[in-house]
Amino acid sequence: MAGGRMQLELSRVVQGRSRLGVLKGLGRTGQHSLEVPGCLLYTHFGTVPHLTQDTLHTLRNLPSVTQVTLSNIAEHQEVLEEFKDGFRKFAGLHDTVVYCSLHDPATLCPTGYTTNKTVSVWGSGGRIELTVAKFMALQKTVQPDWYQSMADGETWQNSTSRKRVRKSVDRTLAHLDECLLVHQKSQELDGVEVFGVVEGGDILEERVRSARETAKRPVAGFCLDGLQTASMDQRLRTQLITAVNKELPEDKPRLLQGVGRPDEVLACVEAGVDLFESFFPFQVTERGCALCFSFDISPDPERAVLELSEEKDAAGDTKQNGDLNHDDQTQMTSFEINLKDKRYQDDFRPLVEGCGCYCCKNHQRAYLHHLLVTNELLAGVLLMIHNTSHYHGFFSALREALAKDKLDLLKTRIFNPLNFTDATKTGMKDGLCASRPHTG
Amino acid sequence: MAATIESSPLTLRIVAECPVTKARVCDLILPHCTVNTPVFMPVGTQGTLKGITVDQLEDLGCQICLGNTYHLGMRPGPDLIEKANDLHGFMNWKRNLLTDSGGFQMVSLVELSEVTEEGVKFKSPYDGKEILLSPEKSISIQNSLGSDIMMQLDDVVSSTVTGPRVEEAMHRSVRWLDRCIAANKNPHKQNLFAIIQGGLNSKLRKACLDEMTKRDVPGFAIGGLSGGEEKDDFWRMVTLSTDHLPREKPRYLMGVGYAVDLVVCVALGCDMFDCVFPTRTARFGSALVPWGSLQVKQKQYAKDFQPIDPDCQCPTCKRHSRAYLHALFKSDTAAMHHVTIHNISYQLTLMRSVRQSIMEGRFPEFIQSFMKRMFPSRDQYPSWTVDALASVNITLQ
Repeated sequence: MAGGRMQLELSRVVQGRSRLGVLKGLGRTGQHSLEVPGCLLYTHFGTVPHLTQDTLHTLRNLPSVTQVTLSNIAEHQEVLEEFKDGFRKFAGLHDTVVYCSLHDPATLCPTGYTTNKTVSVWGSGGRIELTVAKFMALQKTVQPDWYQSMADGETWQNSTSRKRVRKSVDRTLAHLDECLLVHQKSQELDGVEVFGVVEGGDILEERVRSARETAKRPVAGFCLDGLQTASMDQRLRTQLITAVNKELPEDKPRLLQGVGRPDEVLACVEAGVDLFESFFPFQVTERGCALCFSFDISPDPERAVLELSEEKDAAGDTKQNGDLNHDDQTQMTSFEINLKDKRYQDDFRPLVEGCGCYCCKNHQRAYLHHLLVTNELLAGVLLMIHNTSHYHGFFSALREALAKDKLDLLKTRIFNPLNFTDATKTGMKDGLCASRPHTG
Repeated sequence: MAATIESSPLTLRIVAECPVTKARVCDLILPHCTVNTPVFMPVGTQGTLKGITVDQLEDLGCQICLGNTYHLGMRPGPDLIEKANDLHGFMNWKRNLLTDSGGFQMVSLVELSEVTEEGVKFKSPYDGKEILLSPEKSISIQNSLGSDIMMQLDDVVSSTVTGPRVEEAMHRSVRWLDRCIAANKNPHKQNLFAIIQGGLNSKLRKACLDEMTKRDVPGFAIGGLSGGEEKDDFWRMVTLSTDHLPREKPRYLMGVGYAVDLVVCVALGCDMFDCVFPTRTARFGSALVPWGSLQVKQKQYAKDFQPIDPDCQCPTCKRHSRAYLHALFKSDTAAMHHVTIHNISYQLTLMRSVRQSIMEGRFPEFIQSFMKRMFPSRDQYPSWTVDALASVNITLQ
């Protein structure tokens, strides 16, 4: 075994596929755990976008695993080597598990730079080419608790040929074997977990081949790559993931890369995925939007009826579910409201009624609108806090739904295109008019 | 309205006075909380302090900050802010707010502004419409903003301008002060400060002081300085002003924020200061330190594993190194927030130290060690600081 004590304890498997449980034994001393299905904490170079430790820790129940990426870190290799004590200490991180991925899930890389022996990442100064040797040197310097092995995932474009897909599978397996060789010889990486990466583009046979082969290697879990939101529709993704998971051992976790939309998350959990990256709240923040979809699974028939008859113009400037332009990850979804819209100018309600985050406890939509219109930095801070909180709330609800057999109820929430925030118990009328200005 | 004993929205308690210089320590009791002076007031132009939450600002010990009438008057506008329970409610800032009149922005930011007796005419940058900012309009907006301290609309003239325009502006500012006083709807909740003008001309300044101090306003600002004039002229106008301002009212020196300027002007008798510099420079990676400033984005800090200031107790310095911040500037906006927090902390801590030293009767010693730390050697001390401090009995060593 390449790694340490990571262990997946499943408490339920719903309908033969959706898994509920806890990933235990995380971190160097194995004392951390992460509930699944769950998400990692997305960061830029160890910092949750826009947030300092003070603003970050207004959030309760942060994921215990922090994701850092080589696309942010690679250019700082020399500095980290001189620092010697690993990335966690360098970044002044709190007590958290550090997971190191190759690419930043929020940005699609330019294609055409991968070779048989190298992959490239893009830092602030441009392209950095990584051989396995350099990749592993970086891991030894970063000293994460867990990392994905080097992979060629450049198959997400529609035009990717079968030959190219096959190559990505072959290369990724070769990289994995080389990484594991170095890993086993490195004392600095003792106790560190490695995930193998399953490739295969949109070709079923290649996916199965990649999964089977990767499963033969001594890895602690599996990353599913090349299935990003931009690369294919959910139907195909579900099909491929289902096939892949059949080949993977049940007792090892599966981390899906590059998928974050709530509806896609739900569908992928149903296909047997355990872990996700939480870059979606960041993308929503960057377009000046706030997540406000409901994930409430407490039964309230009266509320359910009211929600279904919510005003259509509440979703006026969004696209319907499923119509999403796959090529543009920056496009608004139906899970969010666009706070730059004039309708929020004098809306003195919090972003989401009943949300306990710092932003909703202290500020109103009108203020966020003002901050966005005037290009103020605080907008990003407050939106990131709220969107992160809301997203984690969704995952919490997802786990609860699996525990209590309420997945169908959650699905009606998530797959309903007119999905908006619930009315408050007392303010039903206002809740119906989620889009109408409400003067205080 | 029947005459009653009204509680004043401002009370100044002089806690200590330096026996050597003109410095004082006061407690300025305002509607939202007490402000300890000397005080540096961070500037939150558009109803926010550039990337910092109100909680973070409170945690740094800030008791009063600025909002900008011109900007907020444009966006989101006074009506909306009134609906939001004034600027305090809109920003959710529970402590004190000071708003300036909009006069300075009118002249420095906006094209084709024309000053007449009526007010300042200008073109809105958002919709091109012609707007008139009169004393009445400025006060009306500030009444809607609900700030604890409001500034009169003054006829602002650059400190580098000379000639009859300066005198005209001074007299007009007096007349506008009276109009502002008359227009204030909330004299029992909001304090209106006068702004002493007169450029760099002692005669005009003195005339302005004589006139304005006849008005019963709760506080005075020293305006028309900090605009690129020679420091030699600057400090002379400051000290002339404090010589003739009433002892028992606060003195606010507008636009002053460099550490050296703050310390010297406290010695010259000023209580309150504001400046965009510390927060603005932070966003460019410039961290303020007792020995000047540190450009975190520079290559030399890439492998520097110390905090910005090893003695600083701010959240940034307690957790992060120069090297981390240097790298973070390439990845995320939070790098700016870290430095902003540090710079605000630096300014507020400096003022707290100044205050402490005055209360303990060792302000002159404080000044000596402050200057020693800030400059590599005695002959690098700016001559104006030497002269200014000499005028209040401090011989720099």
